[in-house]
Amino acid sequence: MSNIHLHYEVSGEDFTRAGEASGSVKKRLKALGYNTDAIRRVAIAMYEAEINMVIHAEGGFVDVDIFPDHVEVLLSDKGPGIPDVEKAMQEGFSTAPDNVRNLGFGAGMGLPNIKKYTDDMRIETEIGKGTDLYLTVKVKEA
Amino acid sequence: MVVKDIIDILEGEVICEGNLDAEIKTACGSDMMSDVLAFVKDQSVLLTGLVNPQVVRTAEMMDMACIVFVRGKMPDQGIIDLAEQRDITLIKTRYRMFTACGKLYEGGLSGGTAV
Repeated sequence: MSNIHLHYEVSGEDFTRAGEASGSVKKRLKALGYNTDAIRRVAIAMYEAEINMVIHAEGGFVDVDIFPDHVEVLLSDKGPGIPDVEKAMQEGFSTAPDNVRNLGFGAGMGLPNIKKYTDDMRIETEIGKGTDLYLTVKVKEA
Repeated sequence: MVVKDIIDILEGEVICEGNLDAEIKTACGSDMMSDVLAFVKDQSVLLTGLVNPQVVRTAEMMDMACIVFVRGKMPDQGIIDLAEQRDITLIKTRYRMFTACGKLYEGGLSGGTAV
């Protein structure tokens, strides 16, 4: 099987739509017959990252490449960048505004969760320019 | 336990009907969706006092078959539509979070292992 490329634009204006891209990727992987555990890990990691994009960076785009044995996801935004990546990786550390907490996010679990569910995670960030988040999840075909 | 049993135990009202015979093995009660996303267990039910579309999306990512809204909270039509498209059962119960969780625990549902 050759790799499949998917591209999504994530709107930063509508919080209620955050997660649409992740849901769509999940559906696609299911149709391709990947195992449930791997699909869930991709979906959760991508969903947290999509939420981050909407909360912090007014949206961006997502590129997904599906290979037989792994999935690569790039989430790219032109947001404010992450001043201290190490701090952002700590469970419970959050810079999200209160209105986001009222929506059930902003508990400082986003990046730690993403790291937990992926096999590889790389952050390229520049203050005032934006953030690129590269995720890799290894999968086995069911 | 199946979804139907949860409806009985919580004297719940079905707001959106998915598969009522879906097997439920564990439960997770939280208003913080990131805490829910940190908890991966098969065939879980989500109990929450949070009412917004991200509750349904969180359940979707986690392969959850059922969401219980505690304290009589009623989701709006947009949330119901999202759940319907994803075949997720929505239940509302008049019990508060603590009591609803307690009743399900008493009924045999576990919360999984401690972190």
